[in-house]
Amino acid sequence: MTGNNLTNKKISLSPSALYGWLGDRIFAYGIFILGFIVIFTTIAMAVSLYFSGTEAISKFGFFGFMTGRVWDAAISMEFGTWPFIVGTLVTSLAALALSFLPAVAIAIFTAEYAPKWLGYIIENLVNLIAAVPSVVIGIWGIFIFTPWVRDSVYMPVYLWSLENAPTLTPILGNPAGYGMLTATIILTIMIIPFTTALACDSFRMVPKEQREAASALGATKWEVIRMAVIPYSRGGILAGAMLSLGRAIGETMAVAMLIGNKNTLPFTIFGPGSTMASVIVNEFREAVENIHLASLMAVGFYLFLISLVVNLVAAWIQRKYAITGGRAV
Amino acid sequence: MNNEPSNENKIRLETIDLSVFYGQNPGVKNVSLQIFDKQVTAFIGPSGCGKTTFLRALNRMHDLTRGARVTGKALIDGTDIYDPKIDPVTIRRKIGMVFQKPTPFPTMSIYDNVVAGLKLVGIKNKSLLDEVCERSLRQSALWEEVKDRLKTPGGSLSGGQQQRLSIARALAVEPEVLLMDEPTSSLDPQSTNRIEELIGELKHQVTIIIVTHNMQQASRVSDNTAFFYIGNLIEFNKTTKIFTNPDQKRTEEYITGQFG
Repeated sequence: MTGNNLTNKKISLSPSALYGWLGDRIFAYGIFILGFIVIFTTIAMAVSLYFSGTEAISKFGFFGFMTGRVWDAAISMEFGTWPFIVGTLVTSLAALALSFLPAVAIAIFTAEYAPKWLGYIIENLVNLIAAVPSVVIGIWGIFIFTPWVRDSVYMPVYLWSLENAPTLTPILGNPAGYGMLTATIILTIMIIPFTTALACDSFRMVPKEQREAASALGATKWEVIRMAVIPYSRGGILAGAMLSLGRAIGETMAVAMLIGNKNTLPFTIFGPGSTMASVIVNEFREAVENIHLASLMAVGFYLFLISLVVNLVAAWIQRKYAITGGRAV
Repeated sequence: MNNEPSNENKIRLETIDLSVFYGQNPGVKNVSLQIFDKQVTAFIGPSGCGKTTFLRALNRMHDLTRGARVTGKALIDGTDIYDPKIDPVTIRRKIGMVFQKPTPFPTMSIYDNVVAGLKLVGIKNKSLLDEVCERSLRQSALWEEVKDRLKTPGGSLSGGQQQRLSIARALAVEPEVLLMDEPTSSLDPQSTNRIEELIGELKHQVTIIIVTHNMQQASRVSDNTAFFYIGNLIEFNKTTKIFTNPDQKRTEEYITGQFG
């Protein structure tokens, strides 16, 4: 009966005596410290970026720097980040728009239609795209994709517009190959895996009951997907899209290699442009003047802010559209 | 085994030596029984006895499960449900189903949930949809509670209401047979009552098959009862007979609570 006595003794202990063991506390403190380090690092990064860029921000003004259209590191030493904000938002939103449907379609095929082995292969290939270092994609873009797209797409379209729609020509811009559209297409390919992976996962998490309920109403396979699977996983799909957008906004190397690096507006479709990330990586080595370096830091700070806003919006969208416990909240 | 309860009613659904296998394991073995038109048939038996497995074979739900296989015949009005020429989709339009858990589509409004099956077959006529929506919700005794908020999400209803919504959705497509898989097992007693009353009203219009683990429920709502045990149909008889004077010893042991 000793076992029984021991159980009784344990049960009669107060919760603090029972759970206040040393190991428990060490674990709690350890977790707390690790969590705190993450928060602290993020805030410290933002603050130090802000202070490193403070010379530029105070000279041109918080909004003045943001909306300034001139970036001249050679003569006037005047800096404004507007062209790069435009470049970043245009390329990343366009890449998101172009990638969304193909990414969801790939996910539907892998999760719903493909036989298991094929779905497994496709999923891994798609994930492989995400694993390829962006500099490798960049160099492939420079030597293979860009010459091809220039000769077989941009030039014919440009020549056609010269003859038939001269008003379009200035909007199309210089079809040199390196430019906004090339960067956008490469970004599109690079961000597809994120939407696909999250969409795939959320398709697989749709409760069996939902699929069966649609089937029982006489829905065909595609109708089950449209009626039960996609609505139920919209939270996951949107989360993937937002992750993709975040990735596109921050993508640096491949974009810097392909976008053509022009620092003044207006940007054209085929013509060169710049993004916030690409201007930083292109110019930090040559930033000898303090104000130039401070301006690059400030661009970094604004990029940080934009990423933060995108993440907050993403979290909000996910909360709004996620389905928990069968309820749309 | 007495498979023929005395009844002049027409046979709506019939299975002949129907077995369901999961991989190599039989879930249900060689079941032959008849479901009579416009009556309620209850399937009872202990957990894992195959009653749900058998029910799901009746509208080809096993087609959706990898590795599940059905042998034997299941006839609806003389047509084999498992005829390779027959599309399971058309079978499921004739044979509706209500599940154990309420399954409203969470992103759809109450209205859209009810008419979902009609939209699938391409009916777009607003006044017809309105009419069917009201009729189905009245049939499932939900109309009075939701008529002023048809545009709110189906997921905002209580569990019992959601289950009646699922029933309304199944009824909207006017099935000939309604399969109910433990429709009240996740509901409170009051909602259970409503649904049992509902079954009593509906049986004049549709043929109902209900799986239940609640023997009182079976005795209250059904005309005929089938008792399953370890994948076998042990006894199929009039409900009154099963619950008063069953032919099989094991049926008697089960309904008197000696095992299960």
